[in-house]
Amino acid sequence: MRESETEEDKLIAAAETKVDRDLSDCESWSRCLTRMAQTRDKQLFAQLFSHFGPRLKGYVLRLGVPAAVAEELAQEAMLNVWRKAHLFNADKANASTWIFTLARNLCIDRLRRERVFEYELPAEEADPDERHYGEHAVLEHRMQQAISELPEAQAQVLFLSYYEGKSHSEIAEQLGIPMGSVKSRLRLAFNKLRLLWGEES
Amino acid sequence: MNISHHFDDATLMAYASGSMPQGMALLVACHLQWCASCREKVSLNEAVGGTLLERVKPAALDAGALDRLMDRLDEPDVPAAESESVEYADPEVPSPLGSLLGCSLNGLAWRRLGYGVHQYDLGLSGPGATRLLRIAPGVSVPHHGHRGSELTLILRGSYSDELGRFRVGDVADVDAEIDHQPIVDTDQECICLIATDAPLKFSGLVGRLIQPFVRL
Repeated sequence: MRESETEEDKLIAAAETKVDRDLSDCESWSRCLTRMAQTRDKQLFAQLFSHFGPRLKGYVLRLGVPAAVAEELAQEAMLNVWRKAHLFNADKANASTWIFTLARNLCIDRLRRERVFEYELPAEEADPDERHYGEHAVLEHRMQQAISELPEAQAQVLFLSYYEGKSHSEIAEQLGIPMGSVKSRLRLAFNKLRLLWGEES
Repeated sequence: MNISHHFDDATLMAYASGSMPQGMALLVACHLQWCASCREKVSLNEAVGGTLLERVKPAALDAGALDRLMDRLDEPDVPAAESESVEYADPEVPSPLGSLLGCSLNGLAWRRLGYGVHQYDLGLSGPGATRLLRIAPGVSVPHHGHRGSELTLILRGSYSDELGRFRVGDVADVDAEIDHQPIVDTDQECICLIATDAPLKFSGLVGRLIQPFVRL
């Protein structure tokens, strides 16, 4: 955020493409979440709610639950965002990724009544995977694009897995294809998305 | 730990997307505790989830939802009852498994299946089964194929099969296309965690004879 803008800045700002806006949005949600964890400012929570609340409800709805349940889980997920914000580490993930994992774990617990098993990280090990806000934003933008460009067959298994929570064997059954094909489509999708991961901005 | 066998990328994707039966997810979490390269892939797959969360069609929340939540922000966080979860630290038992067992591998009430094989069923609900197998040196598990997927994580000792040699920390990630017959290949017993999403299919006479008893 700039204190005061010169004419030149304004021109540059006006010329910003959607890409830049997307990038700064993504980056600002991570900053917003980090700041909320530090300050416990409820207005920041309200901002996060306005963006992520409806997306969380949309995500839970796609798992195939009634609207009332999706509403309840989306609200509970947002409450978890507030309560667990101190665990968010912007070096490791951006806000949407972290919030996705909270919602995923909540759904496993509430909808499937199954346990979520947490593993421990070796304490002394320096994490090789630290990235800055901006890098995560670039990554997310590239990933949005790469997902849009996936061949239909690969996007379909990706969506069934993430949005509908279907296991490999359930996907195989639904699509009437061998499980080996489900896995190979997911592997192909993974390899495309992984190429982005290695490239730093 | 020197790990040479990892999960299929599709398996890590199922784990990150939250679409995996809990026994298999337990096994994946155990390997992740030991394996930085699979953790990195899970992070990427979780970022895919984050990206998909941004792409989902938003659904408006109830009109009063934000106000109700704002009122609840000052409530103390009541931690969920974790009655089944226990703390157990053991270098041989990764913490996700330790939290279920609460004791050492030697301390479990193993059930003898014959042929130098003991089993401990973790009793997790789901479409497949999750169990520990303890196999004596030189013993082989009957030749079998799979209707679904089978994940195996080695916790002690080692075994070899058509796919190679598997040591502590290694995982075997096999599905319906693979038919294998693991054999314990040192003078140390082998203990592994095995999770499936469907019953196994034994081939050969011995396999068919023991299947009703072993119920692998």
